Amino acid sequence: MSSSSKCEIPLTVNGEKYSVIARQADTLLFVLRNHLGLTGAKPGCLNGDCGACTVLMDKTPIKSCMILAIEAIGKSVTTIEGLRDAPIQRAFVEHFAFQCGYCTPGFIMNAHALVESTPNASEPIIEKWLESNVCRCTSYFEIEQAVKSVLAEKQASKD
Amino acid sequence: MIGKSVIRKEAWDKVTGRAKYTHDKLQQGMLHAHLVTSPYAHALIHEIHFEKALSVPGVRAVVTGKGLPLTGEDLRDRPPIAFDKVRYHGEVVAIVVADTPIQAEKGANLVQIVYEPLPTVGSPRAALQADAPLIHENLGSYEKNDHTYPEPNTNIAHRTKIRKGNMEKGWSESEVVIETSVAFSPSDHLAMETRCATAEIFPDGRIEITASTQSPFMIKKLISTYFGEDVGKVVVHTPLVGGGYGGKAPVQLELLAYLASKAVRGRKVSVWNTREQDMITSPVHIGMEATVKLGCTKDGMIKAAEILFLFDGGAYSDKAIDVTRAAAVDCTGPYRIENVWCDSLCIYTNHPYASPFRSFGHCEQAFAIERAMDILAEKLGMDKLELRLKNAILPGHTTPTRVLLNRSNVGNLPACIKRLRELIQWDQWQRIELNARTVRAKGVSCSWKTSTIDTEASSGAIVTFNPDGSVNLMSGVVEIGTGSKTVLAQILAGKLKMDIDDIHVKMDIDTQSTPEHWKTVASRGTFMGGRAVLNAAEDAIRQLKAIAACVLRSPIEDLEVGYGKVFVRDDPAIFIPIKDIAYGYKYPNGNAIGGQIIGRGNYTLRHLTPLDKETGAGKPGPEWTVCAHAVEIEFDKRDCTYQILKAVSVVDVGEVLNWKAAIGQIIGAMSMGLSFASRETFLFDRYERVLNPQIRTYQPIRFGEHPEYIADFIKTPQIDAPYGARGAGEHGLIGIPAALANALSIAAGVPLNKLPLFPEQIWRAQKGK
Ligand code: FES
Ligand code: FES
Repeated sequence: MSSSSKCEIPLTVNGEKYSVIARQADTLLFVLRNHLGLTGAKPGCLNGDCGACTVLMDKTPIKSCMILAIEAIGKSVTTIEGLRDAPIQRAFVEHFAFQCGYCTPGFIMNAHALVESTPNASEPIIEKWLESNVCRCTSYFEIEQAVKSVLAEKQASKD
Repeated sequence: MIGKSVIRKEAWDKVTGRAKYTHDKLQQGMLHAHLVTSPYAHALIHEIHFEKALSVPGVRAVVTGKGLPLTGEDLRDRPPIAFDKVRYHGEVVAIVVADTPIQAEKGANLVQIVYEPLPTVGSPRAALQADAPLIHENLGSYEKNDHTYPEPNTNIAHRTKIRKGNMEKGWSESEVVIETSVAFSPSDHLAMETRCATAEIFPDGRIEITASTQSPFMIKKLISTYFGEDVGKVVVHTPLVGGGYGGKAPVQLELLAYLASKAVRGRKVSVWNTREQDMITSPVHIGMEATVKLGCTKDGMIKAAEILFLFDGGAYSDKAIDVTRAAAVDCTGPYRIENVWCDSLCIYTNHPYASPFRSFGHCEQAFAIERAMDILAEKLGMDKLELRLKNAILPGHTTPTRVLLNRSNVGNLPACIKRLRELIQWDQWQRIELNARTVRAKGVSCSWKTSTIDTEASSGAIVTFNPDGSVNLMSGVVEIGTGSKTVLAQILAGKLKMDIDDIHVKMDIDTQSTPEHWKTVASRGTFMGGRAVLNAAEDAIRQLKAIAACVLRSPIEDLEVGYGKVFVRDDPAIFIPIKDIAYGYKYPNGNAIGGQIIGRGNYTLRHLTPLDKETGAGKPGPEWTVCAHAVEIEFDKRDCTYQILKAVSVVDVGEVLNWKAAIGQIIGAMSMGLSFASRETFLFDRYERVLNPQIRTYQPIRFGEHPEYIADFIKTPQIDAPYGARGAGEHGLIGIPAALANALSIAAGVPLNKLPLFPEQIWRAQKGK
């Protein structure tokens, strides 16, 4: 079978089951955007360099331009559209952590996974996580503030 | 309302992934284009074969440049698709249109082009050599506007001259003279949303374009000018834009989408840049080489400035001409200098062509001037801030283009310098050796900027009322991320004395129903757009009062509007809710008067004039925003690496309309300036091909590499501006590259006059390599 032959791909996205007919060579990003109409994840470089396409696969942030849709079979994919009132979303709004908003879905998904998986993240850990995303509008300082505010809330509610 | 950190209107759309940008609007049946681009920077095109491409299933058309008119905003030098020759690496040579993006790409890979490479021109100075290859042989025959002066049989697309005072006198009064040269190559805006556009042509001739642009109204105008289409039949839609920074001011892909749609009998075609194309095929951040000579008295009063800006406009002049003109307008930096000679040249090279970059020629120009100021201070043995303060531009002085400054049209630079001095503890230390290896140093700079825009540029606004008394706001200002639409809503809410939540902002632009705003550039959104909104509000207030006067049986003059009511001035208990008259008023017996309230307003900057060809005299913009900047770094002497610890900008903004949004604009701009100055550049091979058109090799600043940012404001009102607010979207950036270079020069002990400041660059400067 060639990479351009189509096949049926069962996907679970934002808790809902889909069946998509797509090429085996299609990336997850392409299928999310062009088949499911989930355009929150953005095509910033299609090369793994910018993080604008970040989604979660089984709670781990991945660059959806770098994996094939067929690799997501059997996994649970969460896109920005699947977040409902996540604390990180409000924090981004309150801290003015975006301007044009194009990098925002990717940043939020990555930051969301960070605060959920590593609520006690130290400064170097935050850096390691978030350096995979590029923002051209903000100074990153606002994003840092937003992420830290959610981590602080998590700490406070634990204590 | 004014000054509050109102949350931007589109905030929740943006954090939930619901905000739609141009390329998010997929449509069934839409065709996709793939651009075939040149692998050479300068070559003749002998043959183009696209039969194989046409045989790919799904490919519907291949468009080439044959028979197309030349384009360009000031000078028509650019074929929208290269035809007889290519002039830069990445230039569009053909467009393949197909059912899917993949088929289009397949087709594009099969287009065969026979080139004959030509010798290339790799820098402005090389372009000026007598034996340099000519990039535009027909420069003399190109159509141009009245204020563009190409020099045929050279590579000079335009020259702006500033001649002020008497140079001979200036030099004779100068006891200390320095001369210095700086340089940097073109780089990129790198907006996270790559440029894209769709076009569809209807049987009645209507052309619908959707584009990620800062200039929807310009697209409409240019498609009409270039291709003879009726301007009223061109409708441009612009949804949210994913970053512009000047890079989306030029009109390029829109023309290609239009041509592609034409080739498939008007079907909708989408043109979308890959990141690689967006970096080199579409316009880039201009490069520059410059020489600055300054003369001053022993006590530091500057008497003369001779400035030569050689801008690398790349293969086509398009918006670069304007950028080089703007650099000339403010060529001296924010200093009083009576005797000025400046030539600012827009030069053709075989590099990707240039467009505005946040600050429009100013961070480039400031890099040259502010390096020179530091070198002058060193030669004088004078404190670097002191020298700047001593020569600071003030009301009563004139600008290089001889505009007389007053308290309103220029901000307070001494106040900015004073505040900066405190914020960075300048008087405590400027350079300290922490140990044998590590040095800390502070660099400073000052900057200023006016907007150089078309003298007749105007902005319009419409406000309409809903039956519940809430208001819809339509303005042609594009939401490119700066939050201008929200600030306009704040201005409207302030004027109508109503809750910001009751103002509904139309985010998308539709040139058929949105009033024109010239271009969303030059930090002019709140000044011009704001004045238009205020006028529209006045108009609505007049209409509300007229109806209320009948109902309340009161003279119009005695009425006030606010808090959702029209009320009698001296007895607010007598009032009518706006909601009862927003659609006219209905008397109990069924009679009705008035109708929906529709307020309209527009604004054009007054008394602007073009620059004189020989002397540059003229008034290009309404006001000057002034700033002072500082950067603190820690430098490792052993390997020339460094860390940026702190960056500070003090901007005289006149008034802050939205606190957090304003801070965000300033520090976002500072971040971009640091990224540009420390690490961003295109790397060219010896054939002038770009080696790093990818984010992984171009390497902008990432999260975690950011220093501490401090933004602070001085408030000297501009009396014509809404609430006195000056433009500030770009100003955080202007002096930052220079401040970084100044700090590193102090730390490394050698003048660093080339950007970006890679450690290798510093090492080379130290070793004289
Ligand atoms: S689009 Fe996936 S990392 Fe840039
Ligand atoms: S908000 Fe524009 S790129 Fe991050």
